Amino acid sequence: MSLAELSAAHGPSPTASSSGDGTSDDAPPRPPFAQDWHRIARMGAIGAIGQIFISLSNMPVKLDGRAIIEGVLSLGYLSLVVLPLAAGSRVGHQLRREGVPFHRPGAHEVIGGAACGALVGGGLSLLAMLIANFDLREPLVNWSPILADLLAFNCGTAFAVIIWLAIGAAVGAAGGLLRVVPPLARRVLWTMVLTLFGSAVLESLTTDLAEGMGIEGLIDWFYAPRGGLTITGAIALAAGSGVLAFVARGRIKGAKARIDALEGPARNRAHLGLILATAAVLVILPMFAGKLTNELLANVGLFVLLALGLNIVVGLAGILDLGYVAFFAVGSYSAAVLTAATSPKIHPELPWFVALIGVVLLTGLVGLFIGAPVIRMRGDYLAIVTLGFGEIIRLLFLSDWLSGWFGGSQGITNIPGAEIFGLAEVAGTDPRSVFYLVLAFCAIAIYVSWRLERSRIGRAWMAVREDETVAEAMGINTVNVKLLAFVVGAVLGSFSGAIFSAKVGSVFPASFLILVSIVILVVVIFGGMGSIVGVIAGSAVLIGVLGGPKQPGLLAEFSEFKLLIYGALLVWMMLARPEGLIPSVRRTRELHQEELAQDAWLRGQTEDEHEGNGESSARQPSGEMS
Amino acid sequence: MNGSDVGASRVAPTGRRRRRRTRVDWFLTALRVSMIALVAVGLLAFIAQEINPDNPFARWANPDATGLTGAQFRGLVISGIAQGSMYGLIALGYSMVYGVLGFINFAHGEVFMVGAMTGMITSNKLADAGLWESNFIGSLVFIVVVSIIVSSLTAVVMERVAYRPLRGAPRLIPLITSIGVSFFLQNASVVLLGPASKSYPDVPDWVKAKHTFLQIEGAKILVIVVAALSMAALWYYVDRTKTGKAMRAVAEDAEIASLMGIDVNRTIVKVFAVGGAMAGMAGILWGILFRSVIHTTGFLPGIKAFSAAVVGGIGHLGGAMAGGLSIGVAESVGPLLILEPLGVSGVSQLRDAVAFSMLIIVLLVRPAGLFGERLPAEDRA
Repeated sequence: MSLAELSAAHGPSPTASSSGDGTSDDAPPRPPFAQDWHRIARMGAIGAIGQIFISLSNMPVKLDGRAIIEGVLSLGYLSLVVLPLAAGSRVGHQLRREGVPFHRPGAHEVIGGAACGALVGGGLSLLAMLIANFDLREPLVNWSPILADLLAFNCGTAFAVIIWLAIGAAVGAAGGLLRVVPPLARRVLWTMVLTLFGSAVLESLTTDLAEGMGIEGLIDWFYAPRGGLTITGAIALAAGSGVLAFVARGRIKGAKARIDALEGPARNRAHLGLILATAAVLVILPMFAGKLTNELLANVGLFVLLALGLNIVVGLAGILDLGYVAFFAVGSYSAAVLTAATSPKIHPELPWFVALIGVVLLTGLVGLFIGAPVIRMRGDYLAIVTLGFGEIIRLLFLSDWLSGWFGGSQGITNIPGAEIFGLAEVAGTDPRSVFYLVLAFCAIAIYVSWRLERSRIGRAWMAVREDETVAEAMGINTVNVKLLAFVVGAVLGSFSGAIFSAKVGSVFPASFLILVSIVILVVVIFGGMGSIVGVIAGSAVLIGVLGGPKQPGLLAEFSEFKLLIYGALLVWMMLARPEGLIPSVRRTRELHQEELAQDAWLRGQTEDEHEGNGESSARQPSGEMS
Repeated sequence: MNGSDVGASRVAPTGRRRRRRTRVDWFLTALRVSMIALVAVGLLAFIAQEINPDNPFARWANPDATGLTGAQFRGLVISGIAQGSMYGLIALGYSMVYGVLGFINFAHGEVFMVGAMTGMITSNKLADAGLWESNFIGSLVFIVVVSIIVSSLTAVVMERVAYRPLRGAPRLIPLITSIGVSFFLQNASVVLLGPASKSYPDVPDWVKAKHTFLQIEGAKILVIVVAALSMAALWYYVDRTKTGKAMRAVAEDAEIASLMGIDVNRTIVKVFAVGGAMAGMAGILWGILFRSVIHTTGFLPGIKAFSAAVVGGIGHLGGAMAGGLSIGVAESVGPLLILEPLGVSGVSQLRDAVAFSMLIIVLLVRPAGLFGERLPAEDRA
């Protein structure tokens, strides 16, 4: 398919003009060398700087130990080909003027991608030359021969220079090719790549599960003994997923559309079925999983709980709370004080579930106390002040002044596990039980968020988020409503804190850095502000794969870089997709008001053209919105 | 775009607006009164101690309290002023950006950190070459220039990459972006330069020694003088030059300014560059004063500088400097002055908490800051 297109692109195309009056869908392809060289040079330079940054951050060297496909590709080298691919694909991106493509993609895209990719790869060539000739080890800790050897594949600087130009060009061309191939092929290709990457990343998880289910033999065939997929396994997986993607094309989307199109009880039943199926998987899965997997699941669960709480505050009510960790801390500490015998001042040694009542009350009070002064402030002042409160709370727990209560920097240790009505004992030594406890609380949190979102209060929150003045004019008591969001979020966070203290068995002020707040914020924003499914998916992907502030994820090699990645991800999400991975419909509309209005206007235009009447300009753009 | 209305529900400080007092209002009033009472009681107890350490009021809350000697007190105030002038320099960047774009550039503290790091690298290179000892003043000027260039560039790139595409987005979006930028820059420093704390080379004796003049360390005099000079230069730039006029016009109303033929984008870039330069300068001063930098160096000073900008009234340059000085002095003397007489132990650990509390108190009692805000027309409530 793509070959046919390529040959078509080489044919004479005298009418390929940049005048852009391509009103028909089969616009002519561009001549292959009429490139926008300025754009290519700019993107290439940016990409090259990015490549040098990635190399000097030591990512390739650190991640080289983690194989994706045994002997062929490691995560380290993968980190060096992502940028050329992205740049090569990006440079072929054409601005659509009024929804109509300029020209048909063809050889033009591939050549442009190759040129851009070569420039990006050239960044590494430059770096290899620089490392060979200068010593900048003093400020840049990773300016080392190890990096040079990795870049040169142990074959000398000259080889490194040439090979990275070549790799860059090849990968960039592949990126450009992605624009040329038909959508179905692209989807199949992406599914294959993602399956390979995903199964390599999830290696420890799948191995663990397979051991639990007694199918190690199969796993040994897929995974090499020292990590990474075997070549045969990789080929089998790629082929399998490719076929699957080909067969399933459009069907998943169709099924989703069908469920969305259902009305009333039928739709509820479908949703209920989905939820029950997910719940069943989540209950059964840990039984087969080992300790490490359960530990991971428990950590993810704790962050789901935190993220659901923050989602109510940030996602629904639109209050940017940067001190959310304060409630996590208060929850942990109050649970510790109420249950542990070693708590310095008072130690009632209550059973965990009884203590939980105290925890909720205390955190609710703290939420009120912090919330009341800040709730009237402007959104951005509020963010900084809550950040200040979060830091004050940590400093108070840390201080000598209150060390008689909370143990200062020594914290509180030997916290007993949670006993569930004499049925089971939940403690950090048994991560499976922790996971079940977390799961139960997540279920509560999900139910609460879901019901609240669809209640009068939830609608009031969203009204306040969208326009406070109008909400007030509509008779909403904005102060009370926002305060309520703050407190509900605080209480959900305190659940997580209480479980955390029972799980870890000790609490220290160092566990409650502002960092934690930011990580939770990244999770919520990555998943999709205001969307429950999104927030859960966000926690699973970020905390599960990259790891939490202190908890390791599946890619333990990333521990040094995860915060860097979180930061970059936050910026990128805000620039490219502020509504998040799995957005809530309402939030998307809010964030893309103008684009939606424009789209609707365009749609109106084309519809008019099809109808054949020329009075298109009479249509109001806003009329198409709903 | 709810840019203009977020502030609207804020109780206007002057405009009389009849509204029912809710429970939250009562709580806030109680909070304000108790905070002011706390400060007042602490101060009174401190004064009582100073008059006679044995009088009952001085011993009322903290039997072990000892007053400060005059020299101790002066030392605290001077180091407060030295730190505060650095906060003031950083606060200028917050204040200018807030004035022009109406959002908090959370990553500005990291620009300061970049400045301090650049100074560390350059000064160590100079020390290796032997120039640092032989020609200290010359090297200092050189590292200041390099650091100003690097931190201005950081700020400008930041604006171009992260903030310009978000012009006109809902207000919280650029704020969240700037949190991401801040996180990214901090951790970029970790992965590039390593996580350990790094030190500046040794400074000459005359910088370290206490001078006869008021018994102040040379480094502190240097910091205060340089900060004052930078402030004066900035004031001249903003108040007397044509570019400064353009900046003020954009801060007043960007749309009208662009109608008057001002290139708004270019002016905003200049604002970021100037703010970055001030932060870079502060970074060098920080390095000279404390002689060690780490990737988190920018975080707390950044937040405190923002507090300073708010305390002084955001968008107000003189206010930023005054706010910086007051935050610096408050966090330096506050713990010993107010908390110690109240019987709080280990007060020096709480200096950061005092700085944040000051921000909270100011926002509760006088949200517009000491000198009043100067905001773009659309942000005024």
